[in-house]
Amino acid sequence: MDVIDTLSGIAAGTRLDELRAHRPAAREQAQATYDALLFPFDDGAMSLVERYAVAAFVAALFDVPAAEQHYARLLSEEDPTIAAAVTEAVELGRGAGPYGSFGGELVAESQAGPELILPSHLADALGARLTAAIHHTHLLALHPRDSARERLQPLVDAGWTADGIVTLSQLVSFLAFQVRVVAGLTVLAAEGSH
Amino acid sequence: MSTLTTAAEVTPPPRFTQEALGWVPWVEPLDELDLTDRHYEGLVQRPRAKNPYFRLLARDPEVLGARTRTDLDIFCNTADGLGRAERELGAAVASRSNGCVYCASVHSAFATHFSKRGEDVQRLLDDGVGADLGDEAWNAVRDAVVALTATPVRFGAEHVAALRASGFDDTAILDVINSGAFFNWANRLMLSLGEPTLS
Repeated sequence: MDVIDTLSGIAAGTRLDELRAHRPAAREQAQATYDALLFPFDDGAMSLVERYAVAAFVAALFDVPAAEQHYARLLSEEDPTIAAAVTEAVELGRGAGPYGSFGGELVAESQAGPELILPSHLADALGARLTAAIHHTHLLALHPRDSARERLQPLVDAGWTADGIVTLSQLVSFLAFQVRVVAGLTVLAAEGSH
Repeated sequence: MSTLTTAAEVTPPPRFTQEALGWVPWVEPLDELDLTDRHYEGLVQRPRAKNPYFRLLARDPEVLGARTRTDLDIFCNTADGLGRAERELGAAVASRSNGCVYCASVHSAFATHFSKRGEDVQRLLDDGVGADLGDEAWNAVRDAVVALTATPVRFGAEHVAALRASGFDDTAILDVINSGAFFNWANRLMLSLGEPTLS
């Protein structure tokens, strides 16, 4: 049983376990991605507490309860003070997506939406690196089409390297995938056999 | 080496298209000369070292390798389940919904290639995810992926029922979930680490 099984409520030998076995590499490699992002052998570019804070924040924004609880627990076991600040940040960041602006002929399709800016007491609690990461995570989670070259500058200014920016982007983007697989499998698992 | 690339000349595509586009990174990719065995292991397929997007993701080679192998099984393992065209349609719908013009160009062209239904695919690009894609099956895939791409996720039993009514079995429905979910990963990387340009 891997983490997607656990979060989707899939037990060994059930219909959904057998269904997932039709895509064995996707199943195994989704787990390998999770392991590489959350339990890396080298966390030099992004510390463990940074990884768990971003994961807890983005899983909560995506609002898939089993995933939200899983990542909240990882973070609170690693750093309860940061966990408390992230819980507050989540309440400020929650929203419906995807929204964002388009250019060119698509400008009429642009949809305005909120931009998260953490208040100073949370920015102080999280520190410059995590504050920049949480701001960037909100963008990637809810309005990724608002991305722009200049949106990366606050990360660079806060000390994020190129390696760190890639790992941060992969973590948020992988979780966008993982929670949706969990949401989909949960719906399938709740049904009877077909 | 600097973290961000120096701004390059780009011509942003004015609309969604099935034409081939270029993609320019904002974060500095690794230099091909600096790639080690560990990076090649992450790239999986050696020719990918020529591509700046993959050389950028190679900065975290373990994650890139696992991601690439996930991708290949979701889209290319066609022993059973959903047809290749419908998996590419799922990728294109997620990309249209999130607003990733680059991913949409690649996967709408693949959807057309495998289905020979270029006009239905073009309607998705021109009119958006509300367009009629020509039949019940494609519209059911579209509705499922749009619901899965939304935050909070809106995918529910009604989407599964509509897919079943169109003749899809459990493995095909798993493929709809996987392909739609996977592009929620891919879109965020391509949107946030660089930008498309007319080639």
